[in-house]
Amino acid sequence: MLTVEGISTYYGNIQALKEINLKVEEGEIVTLIGSNGAGKTTTLLTISGLLKPARGRVTFCSRDITGVPPHNIVKMGISHVPEGRRIFPQMTLMENLEMGAFSRTDKREIKNDLEKVFHIFPQLKGREKQLAGTLSGGEQQMLAMGRALMSRPRLLLLDEPSMGLAPMIVKEIFQIIEEINSQGTTILLVEQNAQMALKTAQKGYVLETGRIVMQDNASSLLENDDVRKSYLGE
Amino acid sequence: MFVQQLVNGIILGSIYSLIALGYTMVYGIIMLINFAHGEIYMFGAFAGMILVVFYDVPFFLAFLLAMAFAGLVGLTLEYLAYRPLRRSTRLAALISAIGASIFLQNLALLIMGARPYTFPSPFTPRVYQSTLLTISKLEIIILAISFLLMIGLTFFIQKTKIGKAMRAAAQDIDTASLMGVNVNQIISITFLIGSALGAAAGVMVGIYFRTVTPTMGLMPGLKGFVAAVLGGIGRIPGAMLGGLLLGIAEVMAAAYISSQYRDAAAFAILILVLLFKPAGLVGSAIQEKV
Ligand SMILES: Nc1ncnc2c1ncn2[C@@H]1O[C@H](COP(=O)(O)OP(=O)(O)OP(=O)(O)O)[C@@H](O)[C@H]1O
Ligand SMILES: [Mg+2]
Repeated sequence: MLTVEGISTYYGNIQALKEINLKVEEGEIVTLIGSNGAGKTTTLLTISGLLKPARGRVTFCSRDITGVPPHNIVKMGISHVPEGRRIFPQMTLMENLEMGAFSRTDKREIKNDLEKVFHIFPQLKGREKQLAGTLSGGEQQMLAMGRALMSRPRLLLLDEPSMGLAPMIVKEIFQIIEEINSQGTTILLVEQNAQMALKTAQKGYVLETGRIVMQDNASSLLENDDVRKSYLGE
Repeated sequence: MFVQQLVNGIILGSIYSLIALGYTMVYGIIMLINFAHGEIYMFGAFAGMILVVFYDVPFFLAFLLAMAFAGLVGLTLEYLAYRPLRRSTRLAALISAIGASIFLQNLALLIMGARPYTFPSPFTPRVYQSTLLTISKLEIIILAISFLLMIGLTFFIQKTKIGKAMRAAAQDIDTASLMGVNVNQIISITFLIGSALGAAAGVMVGIYFRTVTPTMGLMPGLKGFVAAVLGGIGRIPGAMLGGLLLGIAEVMAAAYISSQYRDAAAFAILILVLLFKPAGLVGSAIQEKV
């Protein structure tokens, strides 16, 4: 479904990604793990079009989407929940969800999807008029994910959904990720919480200073000694 | 006396509000002080005057056409002078804005010459009087138009899809684009609307003082900027409030201190706001939680 071939992305003169290759098949949860500054966020930003790679190619559903502006990539079916949630703090919860559906015009279907989002995230219900900036961290993460679902993505990019959340909430978020996936949305999950990510995903990639250094089934990576030492704190 | 001054202040202030909106909307989305905004206001006034005086276009039609024309000038300005610098430093864009301001002013001088043009008021000079207050028909119309435009803008920003996209882009431009918002389009629309509002102010000031000149945008441009800062630059309700307060303060200073302090009052306010409440009166109450 998604193929990333040899992308190199720069910030000015600094090369953040060095010929990254990765593949996500329809229906999968794939995780990309790595320590701070490895280039995980940069990879997602390059896929969703906010950054343009200097070299390489991104293909989605057999279409070359390299260099396509982000607002058109959403329309093709990729939705990105950015690092740090990035909800619109001065808009209401409902307006945030409406923004998620910005690229759509099918009013009735949008309404159905709103119901679905409230079903997945019951915590958000009844707070439609609350300013999003006043929600708790966990609620903001849920809102950011709900907002992304409002575009009806075929592929969901999640950048550190567990960041800064209490263990209870992290567990809940991962359960929801599985639920979203079981309803047919493919997921590329970036995480520092490698333990949880590898338990949830089928496939994993390990990124180190801009390079993919390992790729395997998630269960094998969980058993791998190097991974255990470097990313699972053992 | 006081009520009279208050009403005079609100009339003047509503003009400042309209100008301030252009600064604040643009700043809200691309963090740029569009120093050419006063010239857009002047272009609007000239367009209205030319249509009415030289082409006998009915006033309200000329008013709308002047807004549309200035909107297009603003949109072109953004495209030519600011868009290429979007990824450069803010200083570069600011210098470009100052350059654009000088260019537009000289363009007007070149085309129209330095002499002032008369812009006759289209309304019969009627005056309504009571013990507390004297107000002319023209002043009532200026108030009505200004407030209608501000109410219309508020509705547009709050309720329409494009308006919501503008607010989203002002809060987080990259994330807005991840939602499917074409941010270049939103920036163009922002310049279009802000410039059209500036032109509305320009035309109304033109008929109020019955004159338009190529340098007429200078002072009101600065005042509009002060009003935007006063209200908290980037905040639309702030610009409306800031304009009204500035107008009232100016008229009061002129009435109760000395008419020579009129302009000084505006800039004294700017300095005080920057010293004591740099975020403006309608400062950001809600911070993003991380
Ligand atoms: N805007 C930027 N300008 C310059 N360098 C940047 C910028 N953003 C990221 N980088 C650099 O690019 C590299 C990759 O950063 P990236 O944000 O992709 O890492 P990450 O894996 O997401 O890290 P984290 O887990 O901390 O979020 C880092 O060395 C970082 O310093
Ligand atoms: Mg990151």
